[in-house]
This record gives sequence, structure tokens and C-alpha cells, in this order.
Amino acid sequence: MSDPAPFHPLTPGTQPEYDTPSYGSTAKRHPQAALIAVPTTLTEANGPRFSPLHFPALADLSVTAGRPALGERIIVEGRVSDEDGRPVANTMVEIWQANAAGRYDHPGDQHDAPLDPNFHGEGRVFTDAEGRYRFVTIKPGAYPWRNHPNAWRPNHIHFSLFGSGFAQRLITQMYFPGDPLLELDPIYHAIADRAARERLISRFDVALTQPEWALGYRFDIVLRGRGATPMENT
Amino acid sequence: MPAATANQTIGPYWHLIEHAEWADLTRFGANGEVITVTGCVRDGDGAPVADAAIEIWQADPPVDAAFPGFGRARCDAEGRFRFRTLKPGPVAGRGNAWQAPHLALALHARGVLKPLFSRLYFAGDPRNESDPLLSAITDPARRETLLAHEIGAGHWHLDIRLQGAGETVFLTV
Repeated sequence: MSDPAPFHPLTPGTQPEYDTPSYGSTAKRHPQAALIAVPTTLTEANGPRFSPLHFPALADLSVTAGRPALGERIIVEGRVSDEDGRPVANTMVEIWQANAAGRYDHPGDQHDAPLDPNFHGEGRVFTDAEGRYRFVTIKPGAYPWRNHPNAWRPNHIHFSLFGSGFAQRLITQMYFPGDPLLELDPIYHAIADRAARERLISRFDVALTQPEWALGYRFDIVLRGRGATPMENT
Repeated sequence: MPAATANQTIGPYWHLIEHAEWADLTRFGANGEVITVTGCVRDGDGAPVADAAIEIWQADPPVDAAFPGFGRARCDAEGRFRFRTLKPGPVAGRGNAWQAPHLALALHARGVLKPLFSRLYFAGDPRNESDPLLSAITDPARRETLLAHEIGAGHWHLDIRLQGAGETVFLTV
């Protein structure tokens, strides 16, 4: 039996640290002991496969029961590939977000902004054979949080991806270009490497924009790669 | 190619993508030894982590139409989570090694900026003694943090501590 090809180690500085003092909620929730490195085994090299039969796609968040949500309609499109440049095909992409007023349809969100009965904020799409995904939603609003005085989260859409191996699990947030709150946001700035941070900012794309209908934003995602095809031990 | 996209916290409102039935990995009609897996997640102060998402993934039994191998559960106000799944068997390790039966764990929460990975093993399984990961943890108290105990017939329980006394062994995968 051949050993699975190991995933590339993560590039230093391109991922946030668990212990990020500027983000207060990390204080009691980060491990203090050193993490133990496990080599890539079948456990990490394999991962769940989600069939659209059991996990139906929900690609248009902007309409609920035929009624349009309030806010600026947008198209979000991108490509999921791995660090070796290979497309990640047929993989599930989960998204969730606040409404246009900056309020989540969630009992824990007590922000004094209106709920929208026509916007829930959950989406799920699958990439095609070239790793492309696309969904339609409304642009989420900014909202206050209590991390520091007058703290506001920049507009963002949450993303969850699985890839083909459990070690590729990715939970991230997509931001919007030109948002003045980004420079003030400790979650965004938890990523030390500037280029890695800026890759979380989607790009406005007039070619993706549909006239008279919706603005287009492009957001490409890279999952961990694992180098060459595994060698067969014979 | 650029490096892998950076993680960001799942935040406190991830329940918008929660589907309670995902915590039952037997819901598509899987056959095998059904077990219940429960636990409680606490922070560095011992306070319950009420907004965490716990995910389990198992390479055994192999995934098929009846068994997704993956589940996700919320923590409740007391930090407790619960899954129903099939008891895994051993899984091939690297080289000629075998890994003892285990579940892979990923924990996501507000205040956790990238997934926290760990594993759940089954206390009392003789194969634990030769498991490569468990064998590499020399401190018995640290090793114990990965061992679920059978607290009722087919009911395995593992507490997770994010920080401090009894801190769970977390992994770089």
C-alpha cells in the first residue's frame, strides 16, 4: 500500500495565530501547549464527499419564496484551486452572512438593525469541473461588535470549504474592496502577511456585473496542495 | 501559485449553516455498531464554549451512500455536543503502521481563528498501545485528553479543554 502524499506545510505568516491579543475572544480560547504535528495519513488525506442529492445547492440567497431581499444585489463568482494550481472540482462551498442592514437572522444577534423576512443568509454551492462556483446574494452590511470601543466588522461573507482531504478544511471570510473598516479590524489583521490578508478581499469585476441587475465580485480560493501524484510502492 | 487562503474565525453566527441532523451519521441508513459520542467544551477559565461547532470525520468505515463519515454538531449553552455514528475500526498509518480506531475532530468557534484539530480515541482499546500518535505523546496526562471513555453501553464521552489545566492535545495536520 502506498502512503498518501503529504500536504505542503502552511507558509509562515499566511495564517492567523490562535493567540491574537487584539481579538479579545482568543484570550481564553487559544491552546497554550505546543501543537503536535501528525503526518498525513488516510485520516487527513481523505475527507467527506457531499452529494448534491443529500445536500441540495442553494445558490440564490437574494430571493426567499419568490420575494426579493432588500439591499444591493451582487453576484459572487470564483475558482477553487489547490496550491499546485489544480482545480478543486465538485467540492461543496458553504456561505453565510448578515443582511443588508448588518443583522444576522440568528437569535444571538441583538444588533439594533432590522431583520429582513426575505433574507435568511445561508447558501451552498458546488464547484464545477474547473473548480468554479457562483452565487447570487445581497451585499452584507457592516455591524458593531464589542471587541474594543466603537468596533465594527467590515462587510463580509463567511465561507466554509472541505476540499478532498480533511487537512484542507478552510473556514474564512470574504471582504469587499475599498472598505475603510478593514484597516481597523483585528480579525483581518490577525494574518501577518499582507499579501495573504489582501487575498481575502474580493475584486469588483465589471465583466461579471450584469447590466440593470447586479454587481459582480470575484473571489478565488486556494486550498492546501500536496505536491506530485503519490508514488506507488510496488 | 499563492499559498493556501487564510482562515478566519467561524464567528458566533455559524448556526445559519447548522443542520441538526448532520450530527447523526447513521441517518442515511448506515449499518454497523452504532455509538453515541458526547463531550463538553470548556475554555481557559473552565467556562463552557457555548457557540462552538464540532466536526467529526472518520476514514473508517469507508464512506458510501449510506454513511457520510462526517458530522457537525453545535455546542449547547453548557458547552455540550452529541453525535451518533458508527464505531470506527483501525486505519492504515504511514509505512507499515496501523492507527488505532479514532475520529478526527475539528473545532471552530468565535475566538478561534483557524480550525483546531484533534482526535478522539477509545479508552481500553488494546490497539491504542501501538498507535503512532498516542505513542508519541509521552506524558500520560496529555495522552489521556484524547481518550473517550465508555460511560454507558455504546456511549463514549470526551471533554475538550481549549486552554490551561487539562488542555486537550491539538494537532498540526
